[in-house]
Amino acid sequence: MLYREAGQFKTSYAADQQLFPIRQDRIGVLLLLAVAFVGVPLLASEYWFSAILIPFLIFALAALGLNILTGYAGQLSLGSAAFMAVGAYAAYNFQLRVEGIPVLLSFACAGLTAAGVGVLFGLPSLRIKGFYLAVATLAAQFFIVWCLTKFPWLSNNSSSGVISTQPIEILGLAVDTPREKYLLVLAVVALLALAAKNLVRSSTGRAWMAVRDMDVAASVIGIRLMPTKLLAFAVSSFYCGVAGALYAFCYLGSVEPDGFSLDMSFKILFMIIIGGVGSILGSFLGAAFILLLPIFLDVALPAAAGLFGLPFSSATVSHIQILVFGALIMFFLIVEPHGLARLWQIAKEKLRLWPFPH
Amino acid sequence: MTKHIGDVILDLQNISLRFGGVKALTDISFDVREHEIRAIIGPNGAGKSSMLNVINGVYHPQQGRILWRGAERRKMEPHMAARQSIARTFQNIALFKGMSVLDNIMTGRITKMKSTFLEHALWFGRARREELEHRRKVEEVIDFLEIQHIRKTPVGRLPYGLQKRVELGRALAAEPAMLLLDEPMAGMNVEEKQDMCRFILDVNDQFGTTIVLIEHDMGVVMDISDRVVVLDYGRKIGDGLPDEVKNNEEVIRAYLGAGH
Repeated sequence: MLYREAGQFKTSYAADQQLFPIRQDRIGVLLLLAVAFVGVPLLASEYWFSAILIPFLIFALAALGLNILTGYAGQLSLGSAAFMAVGAYAAYNFQLRVEGIPVLLSFACAGLTAAGVGVLFGLPSLRIKGFYLAVATLAAQFFIVWCLTKFPWLSNNSSSGVISTQPIEILGLAVDTPREKYLLVLAVVALLALAAKNLVRSSTGRAWMAVRDMDVAASVIGIRLMPTKLLAFAVSSFYCGVAGALYAFCYLGSVEPDGFSLDMSFKILFMIIIGGVGSILGSFLGAAFILLLPIFLDVALPAAAGLFGLPFSSATVSHIQILVFGALIMFFLIVEPHGLARLWQIAKEKLRLWPFPH
Repeated sequence: MTKHIGDVILDLQNISLRFGGVKALTDISFDVREHEIRAIIGPNGAGKSSMLNVINGVYHPQQGRILWRGAERRKMEPHMAARQSIARTFQNIALFKGMSVLDNIMTGRITKMKSTFLEHALWFGRARREELEHRRKVEEVIDFLEIQHIRKTPVGRLPYGLQKRVELGRALAAEPAMLLLDEPMAGMNVEEKQDMCRFILDVNDQFGTTIVLIEHDMGVVMDISDRVVVLDYGRKIGDGLPDEVKNNEEVIRAYLGAGH
């Protein structure tokens, strides 16, 4: 009843091709943005900002980057965390070495640096596919972390490569409380998500998906495989790079190369698998699932244990948390291999007919 | 009905193609004239699909010359053939399974789009204008093929016959000068075959598109093609008007058999 497009007629191609063709979706997205930009800053506590919302947004951005590469262009990558590291260290060095560079510009430059590195490690994709390519991107993961530890110049000669980020100042305003940092991250993520959505609904995105679905046919209709794949690597690494810069500047404040480990790359990969491969929304849902579920279990398990009067030590809780987490991932993959985004889509299709399903 | 058949548009001279020790094509020469429907027939493994792959640059023959509009073609990649206005469909449907019918056909117009990815990201100016212009063209193709009702459906969900039609649509969207069709009617029932024949004839008639067609259904081939080339074991054994080919002794022995 509520979610129904009956009576919404499209009379021009422009209307049919807009970002959210269904009116309810448009209203929903506007509401969501209003809540995120106005409601949340008024209500949320510092803990929420710095422990939940900021990391969620940053990982959603990284997942979005990986989704562009893996979900849309079909190139499997295990180097996302490394590209984030490139972004973090590049932003730090731009701030350090370029006199008076605005923070946002240094973030953009960090993204571009990561894009360049991404293209370099994307070159093998011209020859190899699938799992073999994943192994090639694994090289990026280890090589970049090694580089950042090995060359002290990159971390301004600090011991073991740890960097502490510079304070953020935008147009003379200091961004130092968690709330302000949240708003900065949110604005960057919202803009980049919009750009990603535009990319994937344009001929760039269609070229990526064509290469993903059948590369011979793609080249026969005139898509040049090499620039298309490398562009996917560049854009994807740009997103990961910006996410890395935000991770260092707005979330942790001080990072070390080993923090950007293979574990983190896998975490980002799981986000898009759980959220939905080839879906913008899925990147956000997956990030929320992977980051928030452990926090939720942390709170819920001891409470549940207390309810049944079971003596749980904190070690047991963390073990059970891992068990439940793994089981839930398997459950979701069996029930809906296309991820949470597909579940949402199915729910919407059901809602269109509800409450008269015939 | 008289059809205006123009000059030679594609001239293949002494083409030989080997894969290691296997000779796929041996010393094959034939030409294709503008606006005609040229059929390639032959038993399985005769080298018909290899021939199409040579024409649009997927395979590179070791010997022979290819002249496109009178100019000799160097070794080329498939995407360059597309830019020279050669489009094709595949024997096993090669649609982009994850995309809708509309997106699949829109992809066919990719060589005509000029805006860059930065413009796409901003969805502004030329990028937006191009999307709309090309959407209009694509809708013409959709109308032509009578698939309006499925334009937003993911192609993976469509039945076989419709997928074949969408694939034709994707090739047509490029407004090609030459269309290579690899068994467009394989696996279809009589009704679907008739539809497909009608579309092929209409494309040829209305848009003047030159068509090179591989097909096993001899009734169809003899009905709609202007000239026929017959291949067997990578060699050319017949070439000419459908009636001539039908009565060629060697062609009957190798492929047609008695009763045709």
